[in-house]
Amino acid sequence: MKTTTKQKIAFSILFLCTIMVVLPVLFVLGIIIKNGWHGINWQFLTTMPKDGMRGGGIYPAIVGTLYLVSLSIVFSLPIGLLAAIYLNEYAKDNLLTRLIRLAIVNLSGVSSVVYGLFGLALFVTFMKFGVSILSGALTLAIMNLPIVITASREALASVPYSFREVSYSLGLSRWQTIRHSVLPFAIPGILTGAILSLARAAGETAPILFTVAAFYLPKLPDSIFDQAMALPYHLYIISTQIPNISTETRYATALVLVGIVFSMNIIAVVIRARLRKRKKW
Amino acid sequence: MDNAAFSITQMRVSYARKEVIKGVSVSIMPNTVTALIGPSGCGKSTFIRSLNRINDLIPSFRISGDIIYRQKDIYDKETDVVELRRRIGMVFQKPNPFPKSIYENIAYGLRIHGLNIKDTIDETVESSLKKAALWDEVKDNLKQNALTLSGGQQQRLCIARTLATQPEVILFDEPCSALDPISTAKIEELIHHLKQSYTIIIVTHNMQQAARVSEYAGFFLLGELIEFGKTQELFTAPKDKRTEDYITGRFG
Repeated sequence: MKTTTKQKIAFSILFLCTIMVVLPVLFVLGIIIKNGWHGINWQFLTTMPKDGMRGGGIYPAIVGTLYLVSLSIVFSLPIGLLAAIYLNEYAKDNLLTRLIRLAIVNLSGVSSVVYGLFGLALFVTFMKFGVSILSGALTLAIMNLPIVITASREALASVPYSFREVSYSLGLSRWQTIRHSVLPFAIPGILTGAILSLARAAGETAPILFTVAAFYLPKLPDSIFDQAMALPYHLYIISTQIPNISTETRYATALVLVGIVFSMNIIAVVIRARLRKRKKW
Repeated sequence: MDNAAFSITQMRVSYARKEVIKGVSVSIMPNTVTALIGPSGCGKSTFIRSLNRINDLIPSFRISGDIIYRQKDIYDKETDVVELRRRIGMVFQKPNPFPKSIYENIAYGLRIHGLNIKDTIDETVESSLKKAALWDEVKDNLKQNALTLSGGQQQRLCIARTLATQPEVILFDEPCSALDPISTAKIEELIHHLKQSYTIIIVTHNMQQAARVSEYAGFFLLGELIEFGKTQELFTAPKDKRTEDYITGRFG
């Protein structure tokens, strides 16, 4: 066989594999949009469910998901960022540090239902937060910590060593160096990671299953100690627990959920792209 | 020598048990330019990077010996490293301004050091840029990103940034190795002016440069200071055969 022919075959196989990654995404998106598009209107997005959730809107589920996601980032970003600063800037390369790193890698591999049960045991039962937005957000925050830590560490590590060197040579202390000569240049990368982790938190069902999610609530939550409805769980129950619900409602709910996750991912990608353009070192 | 800026006795440095400076003793005079020459890996950079303790950042770095600056042991436990580094400034091999404006590159260190009066910061930025012979070229574009400057301008900005923190000593670690001849000439001229107010130590690969800018010169080889003396003597009548071989280009 000629070299060029071999090359063409190899190229085709590689290209096909790439397409196979993209196709399912487009396929899923296409179906959801096609079947759900007509179900989406202002009323669907802004009213409470009616008739045993067969009618009305999904407003409380959207609000619940936004509450959960925003509160979870309040916990995961500071803790994750500070942990990343410690690991990247302070920790010596010893056994303890390696164990911590190993733990973080392993945490990101734990299945989300385990986080859910952990949240139930720790926050709901032991710390007596009850089934509440607080418990759910904390559970999501813990699930997201590895993502936030890893992204923040990468962002910190991508700040050139010479920035630190110059900073020290100008008589800045270690903390001043981190605060003024490293962090400002790592912020966009950290934000990107944080938003990606939010997108994941918005889409997960298992961690909120036992810690916050309500089957149906007649009113919006008043405080972080209330239960809340959430999009992924709402989608799960209208798809499995309630008979005679219109396909359109299900697909429209899925479309809203996917839309929220996608727009977060797009925001993250845009921030990253702008960062790359600005970055000249 | 009591009036020396640096008095160094038996400096030994190792990285992870590999000894890179093997017992160097030397005195550096204040308000002079001292050039350190030698082939790559001879320890000259490690030597000056040990004088402002910037090598402390490397975990495997170990040092012993007496390294005295102004009657005080640099490596004493009581030494305030942050203050020491401010007094002993450093200009690095590769121009490394921050990706901020020209003005901010100089002002930001001042602000962190607690200077908050805008007029004073403005004055210091201007005087530092003037001392670094960059003012005329950038005075109308202080808000411009420093990375848009040429390599030579960037290096002079780095010098200005160091001058702004009012050091007593400036260590130059091959400051011209990434620059073209014209920029190099400007920096050399600048060093010549700066020695009236500062003690300067410059590491260089370029022997003509060492001969041009310095009054004292030292030749490093394999972690040892082979010869140290007046630049003119070292270049015209080297006492050691190895120095002679190096400066006449027989090796290195």
